[in-house]
Amino acid sequence: MSDFAQTLITAIAIGSLYALIALGYTMVYGILKFINFAHSDIVVLGAWSSYTLASRILPKLGLNPHNPESVPPIWVAAVVLLAAMVFCGAVGFTIERLAYRPLRRAPRLNVLITAIGVSLLLQNVGQLDYVFGASPQKMPPLLPSWELASFTFGEGETARRLVIGLVDVVIFATATSLMLMMQYLVFHTKLGVAMRAVSFNTDTAALMGIPVDRVVSFTFVLGSTLAAAAGFLYVMKYPGMNQPAHTIWVLLGLKAFVAAVIGGIGNVRGAVLGGFVIAFVEQFGAFYISTNYRDVYVFTLLIVILLVKPSGLLGSPLREKV
Amino acid sequence: MKSLNFDFLQRIKITGLLTLASLVVLSGCQGGGGEDEILIGHFGSMTGSEATFGTSTDHGIKMAVEELNASGGLLGKKVRLITYDDKGDAREAGTAVTRLVTKDGVAAVIGEVASGLSLAGAPICQENSVPMVSPSSTNPKVTKIGDMIFRVCFIDPFQGTVCAKFAREHEGLTASKAAILTDQASPYSVGLQEEFEKAFVAMGGTVVTKQTYQAGDQDFSAQLTSIRGSEPDVVFIPGYYTDAGNIALQARKLGLTVPLLGGDGWDSVKLGEIAGEAMDGCFYSNHYSQDDPAPRVQEFIKKYTELHKQTPDALAALGYDTARVVFEAIQRAGSTDGPAIAAELAKTKDFDGVTGKISIDAERNAIKPAVILEMQGGKPKFVTTIAP
Amino acid sequence: MVGTVSLSTKNREQKSELRTGNALLGLLPIAAGLGIATLMHFFLPGLIGQFYARIVTDIGITIVLAVSLNIVNGMTGQFSIGHAGFMTLGGYTAATITYYGSMFLWDSAGKHGGFLGSGEWLFIASCVAGGLFAAFAGYIVGLPSLRLRGDYLAIVTLGFGEIVRVILQQTGKTIDDVEDFKNAGWAQLIPPPVGGAVGFDGVPKYTNLFWVYAVLTITIVVAYRLKGSSLGRAMISVREDEIAAQAMGVNISRQKVLAFVMAAFFAGVAGGLFAHERGVIISPKDAGFQRSFDYVIMTVLGGRGSITGVTLAAVLLTALPEMLRDFEQYRLIVYALLLIFMMLVRPQGLLGIHEIWNFWQRPKSSVKSASPEAQV
Repeated sequence: MSDFAQTLITAIAIGSLYALIALGYTMVYGILKFINFAHSDIVVLGAWSSYTLASRILPKLGLNPHNPESVPPIWVAAVVLLAAMVFCGAVGFTIERLAYRPLRRAPRLNVLITAIGVSLLLQNVGQLDYVFGASPQKMPPLLPSWELASFTFGEGETARRLVIGLVDVVIFATATSLMLMMQYLVFHTKLGVAMRAVSFNTDTAALMGIPVDRVVSFTFVLGSTLAAAAGFLYVMKYPGMNQPAHTIWVLLGLKAFVAAVIGGIGNVRGAVLGGFVIAFVEQFGAFYISTNYRDVYVFTLLIVILLVKPSGLLGSPLREKV
Repeated sequence: MKSLNFDFLQRIKITGLLTLASLVVLSGCQGGGGEDEILIGHFGSMTGSEATFGTSTDHGIKMAVEELNASGGLLGKKVRLITYDDKGDAREAGTAVTRLVTKDGVAAVIGEVASGLSLAGAPICQENSVPMVSPSSTNPKVTKIGDMIFRVCFIDPFQGTVCAKFAREHEGLTASKAAILTDQASPYSVGLQEEFEKAFVAMGGTVVTKQTYQAGDQDFSAQLTSIRGSEPDVVFIPGYYTDAGNIALQARKLGLTVPLLGGDGWDSVKLGEIAGEAMDGCFYSNHYSQDDPAPRVQEFIKKYTELHKQTPDALAALGYDTARVVFEAIQRAGSTDGPAIAAELAKTKDFDGVTGKISIDAERNAIKPAVILEMQGGKPKFVTTIAP
Repeated sequence: MVGTVSLSTKNREQKSELRTGNALLGLLPIAAGLGIATLMHFFLPGLIGQFYARIVTDIGITIVLAVSLNIVNGMTGQFSIGHAGFMTLGGYTAATITYYGSMFLWDSAGKHGGFLGSGEWLFIASCVAGGLFAAFAGYIVGLPSLRLRGDYLAIVTLGFGEIVRVILQQTGKTIDDVEDFKNAGWAQLIPPPVGGAVGFDGVPKYTNLFWVYAVLTITIVVAYRLKGSSLGRAMISVREDEIAAQAMGVNISRQKVLAFVMAAFFAGVAGGLFAHERGVIISPKDAGFQRSFDYVIMTVLGGRGSITGVTLAAVLLTALPEMLRDFEQYRLIVYALLLIFMMLVRPQGLLGIHEIWNFWQRPKSSVKSASPEAQV
């Protein structure tokens, strides 16, 4: 029971992160119809820029980033999160402007390849000594390690503890509120209508007086800020950070993309659903079957879903345009 | 481009581009050591996911080379180090070694940290009769390639035995039930895990559960929850420090309080930084201890810290020792002839290195003790030395 | 584009006579290639040294991989980023056959026989077996492509590579000792013990310039012939416009799967060569997406569908890193910029859809026969 509950808590926390990242993929795909391969690198950038910010800010406040005892006031975390989001938003904007916009009319494959190029670029620039460097780092604790709730199952030797930490709650809360904001933005604002119009048909949208370029830029910025938030929350939960070029970041992004596809790409709610589905399959599969094949579960699920319902769980079927 | 109608200019341009490209390819770099220098080659992962291993080792080797050159060089010549990056990729490692050995003409090759890459490079050194010394490949297969291949570290079976023995016999541990958490993507981790399991079972212990993860995984709750359920006395984690640090943090959170035990992959200042007090009371085996009062060790640590603003890890120390072992062998051989150097390398006995007294045995492996360190307040503290 | 549908009987007879002649002529390039391969094998290492000979070998294997990927990515217009997965699968299959086969036949996993000796024949047969196995996997992966398009397919192939990697990691240690192997029960041999995460070491190192360039010749000739054949034309029509192709009676599903199978076959053979190369230990890591990206980049740079273009890109991208070792840290950054730059400035790749000799031809010669490269 406790094991089940523990796995459930982890799955929810990780699912929130996948969902946040998947939102970025799904929005860009919805509008431009290509996989933004560089999206996972924005997540990494979010993580590493929060690290850099935190390790710069903390000493100024008289705190030693390597001392786990001294946790800074909570506004520091908020500042770091916001700054990382702004920074990544700016990077996302620049990337779209320089690399993707000139290819707006090019075949999708070319844009996809450009995205791979941007991804490689971000990874390898990040690894340079004077950027982030190649060694793993420890993210300073910005959140107190409170245990909000703890339950004990059983007694004596076999007692199991189940802990819900502040970090898990913050992740879930931040992710949920961001997702709700997204939901509101896409379905209840003018800008959201514009985004959906561009996604539906770019040319018609342009004819209707929608500034397509600006909407696309905005989508990129939005996706990038969400990615930055995911990166920040990720290193809050897992403070041992791998170097920017590590495969694990690519895999993280890849799973989030799979989440977007499973939920129905282009569909905002689908991305969230997909994020949680992936996290549950991964965590429960790892716990109840075997950890050896954790990544295999995810990709097998993807292939199965694509074969059974190619448009994803919540996606509408693709129309073939002639 | 709509059709095949190329105008003259375009054709000229393309021809020019192709010519330029082929020129670049053909020109290459001019290698080869001059008359007045001895070349030593190093191949390691300077970029890619194992970048820290290669760079640490390289820092160590460089320090040894600089010291040597400052004190007059070798056989009256300066030593020049050529470092090639293999990006942690076996094919690149093979290419880098081929280049060092057949093009640059190095007297000896130092490398690699990862056993898989050493295994790729070793046959080339063997065939060309250039001695190769691995600073820290612990897989037994490496030196079995041939009589040109050496190493200055202990091997997996030894380290596995040391860990198992320590887990079984150390006061306050005396574990009879061990859980193992292996990085299944890492040959090092898998190799050490096998040896530990063998030794631990032979000593009367039981392995209650074996779990795996992939290098870089960040979430270990599924594995740790299983481990918690099997109630071990000790958890053996033959992985690298980033993962070990994260595992420790998450284990404590789950209420898994038993000591964790690891191998030399744990050795890095980052371990303490990442895990903090979650690692307190955990042990790992290593090549050397920073607490070692020996002047050679303290001098090395001081110098290295000044140079790189970082406490040297075991890889840096091993790189340093490897280079010095090689220099000494060349000195004794009195020439840069491969087999002669190899013969002298084989005779290395009680070499006074930072990582202990190094003697090379008949299998071309180093016989040297391992130390066990205990994490206390984020810093490793010397516990005991276990001799072979 | 698929123009050989309604030929009269008379025409057909003439055609078949022509074909016999063509078939003989068609063997010429292969014979020439084998001749060059033999010459290279015996003289090249002496001329340019072991290091450059190794680079030339690497280049050969890379070309096979890039040209075969080009059948899927360039000619058929699908987007596979799991090519390394097929390569690794083929490599492991071939290595398993030679390693354990040598133990079974000759009681030792070492090399057996000299140039063109029995060992080498076992080796090349194992490479073909590796190719067949990879082709089978290509069929399996190609199937979902019937229902998926573009980007989805990319993700599926990527996932395939990752699955191959994870599964290979689970395999057991290789059996080093012949006696152990002979005494091993089926339980130990299935699944084959191929070293797990450590990689498959101890594989006899048969790969040499002759075999690499022999395989290369065959790959290029097949790819070139394919491009000109009705089958290849049908593939190209799928690339240009699936709906139009379907309307013209091209079975697009069949073309896609066929392209996958062919590409996977050659990738598997190249994997066999790779696994048997000196100074290489094939390991599960090779199946990961990073290596696949390398080949994708080559097909993109070379020009989609251009065999010579892709060959050129493979040569450049294999040789350049060696030449530019001093810029190691910046190398991948340069690659990335190059990729973006190419897409912005010359999205059709170095040579576009053309072959290198097209550039020196008189403008009028083949205007009509070139397939229209519409959208680029």
